Amino acid sequence: MSIPFYDGGVASGLLSGLLFGYVLEAAGFGSARKLTGQFSLKDWAVFKVMFTAVLVTAVGLYLLRLGGVIAGNSVFIPTLYFWAIAAGGILIGAGFAMGGYCPGTSLVGVVSGRIDAVIFVVGMIAGTMVFAWLFEPLQGFYLAAKGPDAQRLPDLLGLPEWLILAVLIVIAIAGFILGSKLERARGGPFTAEEVLTQENSEANENKIPLNTKAGIVQ
Amino acid sequence: MTSSPRPFWPPLVAGFALGIALLVTFLVTGHGLGASGFVTRLTAQISAWLAPGMTDANAYFGPFIKAGAPLASWITWEVVGVLIGAFVGARTAGRTKVMVERGPQASVGQRFAFAFVGGALVGIGGRLARGCTSGLGLSGGATLAVAGFVFLAGFFIAGFVTSAFIRRAWQ
Repeated sequence: MSIPFYDGGVASGLLSGLLFGYVLEAAGFGSARKLTGQFSLKDWAVFKVMFTAVLVTAVGLYLLRLGGVIAGNSVFIPTLYFWAIAAGGILIGAGFAMGGYCPGTSLVGVVSGRIDAVIFVVGMIAGTMVFAWLFEPLQGFYLAAKGPDAQRLPDLLGLPEWLILAVLIVIAIAGFILGSKLERARGGPFTAEEVLTQENSEANENKIPLNTKAGIVQ
Repeated sequence: MTSSPRPFWPPLVAGFALGIALLVTFLVTGHGLGASGFVTRLTAQISAWLAPGMTDANAYFGPFIKAGAPLASWITWEVVGVLIGAFVGARTAGRTKVMVERGPQASVGQRFAFAFVGGALVGIGGRLARGCTSGLGLSGGATLAVAGFVFLAGFFIAGFVTSAFIRRAWQ
């Protein structure tokens, strides 16, 4: 039997999903404030978790290929359509900063009890409808600037894969160090206790005289 | 609250675990993890229930309908797994709470408006890009696909720029 198994069945979907959902939740990714903390630089969990996961899988696939466990072209590699993928990334980054989630994390938010995540999912469905209505006029843009099929960074840059992995690992380590410094400077990262305690502005106003230095001095 | 929630996993631990989950998915299925593909299929199905004729004729949804039940797909079972896995994790760690999570200065109405508009932008963006943070950023990035890194560059740049304009929503 060769690996990958190319198993598209129910059990395979459930297994992948269970692992994915459990880990996303454990990382704190059911919380919109923790997720958006990445963009105020107070919480670097999005960068740290994503970059670590990308590198663990990328190094794993590389070693499995070197060891002959999987063949060279055996896993799915998306093809670049430069403008559509850049624009899609921009829209998802903007929508994530506004709405607090991406598609996967919004599902984690829903089952963690976040009503805002339910609204976000409704918004995603509405956005998908809008895209489908606009698909015909958008087709030129959708297919523009296509790259070579399944192109990877080693093909694009003409560099060996181990070197690219090594550079990405150095970038990840630098990001971890910088991110942890900024988190400390900004009072982050968000803890599980903090994200479950919703403070509204009235509560903040009431607390100011009790908690701040100014309050104590007075 | 009666008892305090268990802390989140440290990012390095969660990142390793997510990487192993993704690697297992690649070895079992030949492809990575996703999420927006399910939203597309769900929306095609909802659209087919509401307006079957228009949906069949639509250039984007039509092919999903012609291929049979749009939701009969691996990604649907993966999403069912995500919902169960995340719920079990949150529940057993004392991290479920019915709430509207928002910035300290944001009203519930403003939070809902931002959640809806943000969701809509993500819905459009996911279809343009042919994937989302999971499918292109995480799974594409892990195969070192150029498409994955173009997506991630757009995602992080737009996230920082947008966040700077709407600081009051979260802080």
